[in-house]
Amino acid sequence: MNVEKLTRLAISDNGFIFDPITGHSFTTNEIGIKIINLLKENKENEDILDELAEIYSVNENELDVDLMDFIHNLKNFSLV
Amino acid sequence: MSKKEYIKPFIKKQTAGNMNKFGSFYQKNYRDEIAGAKIDAIVEKCGSPVFVIDEKAIREKYREVYRDFSSRYPKVQFSWSYKTNYLDAICAVYHQEGSIAEVVSEFEYQKARRLGVPGNKIIFNGPFKPEEALKVAFEEGAIVNLDNFDEIFKAERVAKEMGQIVDVGIRLNMDTGVYPQWSRFGFNYENRNAYDAAKRIHKSEWLNLTGLHSHIGTFMLEPKAYAAQVKVMIDFMRIVEREFDMTIESLDFGGGFPSRNKLKGTYLPPEVSVPPLSDFIAAISNTLLSELSPDEYPTVYMETGRGLIDEAGYLVTTVDAIKRLPSGLKSYIIDAGVNYLYTSTWYNYKVEVDRPIEGSYENCIVYGPLCMNIDVVLENASLPPLSRGTRLILSPMAAYNVTQWMQFIRYRPAVAMIMDNGDIEIIRRAENLEDVVGPERLPEKLKKFEL
Repeated sequence: MNVEKLTRLAISDNGFIFDPITGHSFTTNEIGIKIINLLKENKENEDILDELAEIYSVNENELDVDLMDFIHNLKNFSLV
Repeated sequence: MSKKEYIKPFIKKQTAGNMNKFGSFYQKNYRDEIAGAKIDAIVEKCGSPVFVIDEKAIREKYREVYRDFSSRYPKVQFSWSYKTNYLDAICAVYHQEGSIAEVVSEFEYQKARRLGVPGNKIIFNGPFKPEEALKVAFEEGAIVNLDNFDEIFKAERVAKEMGQIVDVGIRLNMDTGVYPQWSRFGFNYENRNAYDAAKRIHKSEWLNLTGLHSHIGTFMLEPKAYAAQVKVMIDFMRIVEREFDMTIESLDFGGGFPSRNKLKGTYLPPEVSVPPLSDFIAAISNTLLSELSPDEYPTVYMETGRGLIDEAGYLVTTVDAIKRLPSGLKSYIIDAGVNYLYTSTWYNYKVEVDRPIEGSYENCIVYGPLCMNIDVVLENASLPPLSRGTRLILSPMAAYNVTQWMQFIRYRPAVAMIMDNGDIEIIRRAENLEDVVGPERLPEKLKKFEL
């Protein structure tokens, strides 16, 4: 997965995202910011899941499905 | 150290220009109970999916509407439209409230009789009544409304065989200013078809015309159409009484009142677009009172079905899977499909979830469990991020679904009633294999095969 586009995003602490190349803006939440930051560090999905599972009270399967869904959305928005 | 609360991650693209000036009524989209019974308790007892009927809501609505009508026009009798929902428990609630039965087939007639409704408290309508069914109805004194000339001849034959003069009504259709005009049922008023029918019955030695019936449409949104209907029927009653020396004892205005379901293709929410039932009752009763003198008040029958019951019913379903479509649209697979939800063809149901859910709302599509492309329960729902196992509560659901549902691919689910004391009663258990294969017969030569 090419995460280069993620590195150009301006991301505020409360989840507002601005893409200076396309002019598009997005909103996300706290966990979304965490996932984007971990992806920017080229972390594998398994590592991201482990990190999130340590912080949040969540079933592993649910987290797995949600992470895939989030990455799918990033692809749909051409952000990865 | 305790872990933080998990809120599903989302990312949403910001777009401009999608505001609309009307907005929508605020709807609380979370409920963990129906009529005082917890959703979890209902599912534990009856399984998921499950249709849930609120007894108290049925009774309260009936009493409100009946009180409204009877306080304006004294000689009114409600009759429960069996085809709307003919589960025994539902019909029994209406009969306990004083409603007689309105049926449109011999099956529904038999069901009403089996439940204990006397024949003379049944209105028998519909375009097809087999001779045997007519005979039983006449013998038991049912109120029979005839639909076409062949049925007049049929009724005459039956009465002659019985050697008894029988009272009948005829169904009329007419232009009430609404489109589409329902003309397939009954005799048309404008082209004098109805007049000819009355004349033919007048000539008969075996039939006596005592009632007029009309049902102008379904999910009617214009109360004035009922005022037009009442006016025409009173005019016709006067013509018949004057020219044929008959006495019309009853006028039956049918039903067709809308519920608070949201018709597909409508823009405004039903709270705005659907007039209250009191508007329809006012249109009917005001016309009756202005057109009739007190000494000629006929009995008025009302056959309201959907308008009385729809909001008393819910379907509790469970999210089984979550899937992002290639288009980016989020989709959910739930355990109830369109085979249970005949009305999903024309309604966008209200959707509620069984728990408060944090997260951004997203447009999504909700599929049923059938391996059929058409199994789309909600085409365009706006929902928070749902986890597997979340229960969706769809409504209004009590009209037509549990009569028009079909066994297809999966067993049909249970129907529960929340009684007025909060108890959960199963009023129709979920189907099993024997229910489905019971009527089948396998020819002897097909019983063995090797694979």
